[in-house]
This record gives sequence, C-alpha cells and structure tokens, in this order.
Amino acid sequence: MAQKKMGLQTVKFVNPPSIISSGTIVGPKEGQGPLKDYFDVILTDDTYGEKSWEKAECKMFQDSVNLALKKASLNINDIDYLIGGDLLNQIITSSFAARQFNVPTFGLYGACSTMAEGLSIGSMLIDGGFADYVIVTTSSHFSTAERQYRFPLEQGVQRPFTAQWTVTGSGSSLLSSTGSGPYITHVTTGKVVDLGMKDANNMGAAMAPAAADTIITHFNDTGFTINDYDLIITGDMARVGKSILMELLNKDGLNIEDKYKDCGIEIYDESQDVHSGGSGAGCSAVVLNGWLLSQIKNGTFNRVLFIATGALLSPTSTQQGESIPGIAHAVTISRYT
Amino acid sequence: MEKDVKKQQEYKDIAQKYEPKPTLIKNIIWAFVVGGLICDIGQFFLNLFVSRGMSPEQAGTPVAIIMVFLGSFLTGIGIYDDIGRFAGAGSVVPITGFANSIVAPAMEFKREGYVFGVASRMFNIAGPVIVYGVGTSIVVGLVYNFLK
Repeated sequence: MAQKKMGLQTVKFVNPPSIISSGTIVGPKEGQGPLKDYFDVILTDDTYGEKSWEKAECKMFQDSVNLALKKASLNINDIDYLIGGDLLNQIITSSFAARQFNVPTFGLYGACSTMAEGLSIGSMLIDGGFADYVIVTTSSHFSTAERQYRFPLEQGVQRPFTAQWTVTGSGSSLLSSTGSGPYITHVTTGKVVDLGMKDANNMGAAMAPAAADTIITHFNDTGFTINDYDLIITGDMARVGKSILMELLNKDGLNIEDKYKDCGIEIYDESQDVHSGGSGAGCSAVVLNGWLLSQIKNGTFNRVLFIATGALLSPTSTQQGESIPGIAHAVTISRYT
Repeated sequence: MEKDVKKQQEYKDIAQKYEPKPTLIKNIIWAFVVGGLICDIGQFFLNLFVSRGMSPEQAGTPVAIIMVFLGSFLTGIGIYDDIGRFAGAGSVVPITGFANSIVAPAMEFKREGYVFGVASRMFNIAGPVIVYGVGTSIVVGLVYNFLK
C-alpha cells in the first residue's frame, strides 16, 4: 500500500525535503535579461573558454553543482546522489560532467521538464529514507541545442514568432533531509500527452495539453484550491503556450491567470528578440534556483506550484513527421512544511 | 480512435487561434529591398567587367565567383545571419544565400573533424537544392529538346 500517494498521480511527503542551497550560471543573453541580479554567475562568453559549446555546457553544469555545494558548505563526497539531465543526445552533458564528481548518479531525460522530474525523484529518495543529500542539476545551451535540433548558427534564416529561444544556463538544487526550507511538500508526476501537434517551432502548443492535464490532476489529487498557492509557474510555455494553457484550464473551470507566471517569459525581456520566449532544460532550472527560491525565502511567495514542461521530440521524429508528445511535472514548493 | 481525431482537431483549432501572424508585408518589403540590393551589387560587377571588354556571357562567371565569395565572407564574420534575420527570402534566394547555406554548416561542424564534420555536413542544407536543381534541369532540358 503506497501510503504517501494521494489521488491518481500525486505524492505527499511525510518528511518534506528541504532545498538548502542552489547554484545558477547563465550565458550573456540571460545575463542581460530582467532576472540578471538573481544569478550567481553570468558568463561574458558563451564558449566559456572551451573548444566546443558542448564542453562549455558541461563546465557550466559542473560549476552550478559546485556553487550549490559551496553555499551549503558541503563537499561532493557528502552527496548521496546526483540527478542530472540536459537536452543533448544521450544526455552527454550530465554524464560527462558527472565523471568528474565520482558520486552515484542518475541521468534523466525529460526535455525541458527535467528540473521538476529531478526534484520529484530526488524528494522521493530523501523522504523514502534512501538519501540525506541529493543534488539535482539540469542544463541547456543555446548553441548546442540549436545545432542538434535546428539550423547552424550562422545560417541566415528567419525564426517564426512561435519559436522559442533555448536558454544558456545551468541550475542546481541541493535537497536535504534536514534544513529550514523551502520545502518540497507534494509532487504530481505528469503523463505523456500528445494532441497531434507537429510543428517543432511551436513547442508551447505541443506542451500546453500536458501542462493543463498535470495542473488539473494536481488540484484534484491534493484537494488544494488556487487560493492555496501564491504563484503557479510553468517552465517554458512561453507566450503562445501560455495563451493556450489559459484557455484549456478555463474550459475546465480553472482560472489561474492572476497567479500565473512562466519561466520562459520571465527570463527575457521582449526587446531581446526571442519571439515566444525562453525554453530548454536550463530555463526553468535557472529561474527556479535563481529568482524563485529567493522570493520564497524572503516571503514574497509562501507556496508555489512549479510545473516544468517538456516537448519530447527528436530531430529524427520531426523529420519522420511524428507529432510531438508533451509532459509536465508539478512540484509544490513551500516556505513552511 | 475516431474520438482522438476529433479531440486533436478541436485542439488544433484552439492552438491556431494563438499563433502570432507573421508580419507578411514587412517581410516582403525587406526581402525586396535587400534582395534587390544584392542583385544591384551583382549588376555593378557585371557592368564593370563588361566595360573592361568582357562579353556579358563571359562576365557571368566572375560575377558569380565574387558574389559567392561575399556571401561566404559575410557568413564567416558572422554578419550574414543578421541580414537573413530581417531580409528572409531576400538574402536566401540570391547566390549569396546559397554560399551561406554551405559555409554555415561547414563552420558549425568543424569540431566534429574535417571529414565527418566539415565535409559530410557541408551540404546538409544545400544538398537537397543541388539534387532537385540538377533533377529539374534534366527534365527541363529533355522537354526543351523534344519541343525544339
């Protein structure tokens, strides 16, 4: 009998894990955005002194882990598990970064939803009594993602208005069985939802049904109402996805517009020519670990529903004309237990 | 299954409502201006060579070489993609755009090595254009031959 399970897809923690520290590192473009004051490190050069962008992303991943450890005055040997994920084929960033750390590692792929997926699994490990310290890290890099999914950087093409801009950045959350918060109290694990969208340049539309499904399920499972939350924030729906999500939720009688934000919209200013907004596994990671956690700690928000969304496509599936499945995982982060 | 199709269609209708409209008129004007300017530059060189005594047929080759060089050079120093961002088809269609589509992947995949990176990826984008360009010219050539 799963005692901690609530409803269909939600888990309620008995001893909610605490996010005791976080680390963020972002690229130059993110460093010019509205959240620039909340990031630990802003790079001036997105190759980060490395020979390839893949190497740069790997170094960013390692740095964000080290930043989180340093802030908590811990050593990598104190960590029971590293949970990592990124967007590159065979999640090479996470694995290549982890080979330096010499700790037990779980590699995840949930596209841009990986941060919430990692927090969910990390929290379960801690509340289950399997670990005291778990570090969850994800990353993405505009230049590595672009060359894998789309066009070479110097190719002179026009991006459609529905397109999103992959965030260059890596964020880490250090979870602990002890600590004074913010706490992860509930997680709702999403289902893969596919309503047949095929446009790889419109990922917001591909992911919106999954986000709506997870949000509605979360409220049904937990019995929470919108009033229980100060903020409901998605990972990278961006502007197009946001409008669709609001309509889908409205159809189910849920109006969250007043309390809603999206990491992909928050991270860039509209003048930065990113079209619909930001995306990538690093997008929700740096907004959560940079801006959001600090706002929970200072009491601006007491309870937040963080929903990272992922478009589970690959270049091969796009070329073969497959539709794009979406997924969304929800995590309740609370100032108090 | 039938229910799925209906649900997908319903969703498609919702999603389409929120798709921002492309700025068509603006794109067309920019494409016309930039595309026209690129052609002006080509024409300038053509006139120059003709004024120095080449026949227009002869002058075509060096003009193409110069335009391909310019397209490649601007790609190499990272400017052509900025032009392409607002010029759209205006900078894709002329021969400079063709040069851009070959140089950009060649630069991008240098780190994967000169054989499997530069050489094999170079025609990633231009390859289909060449294949169907040659294919079409054969068909047109045959038709022309029979109609003659």
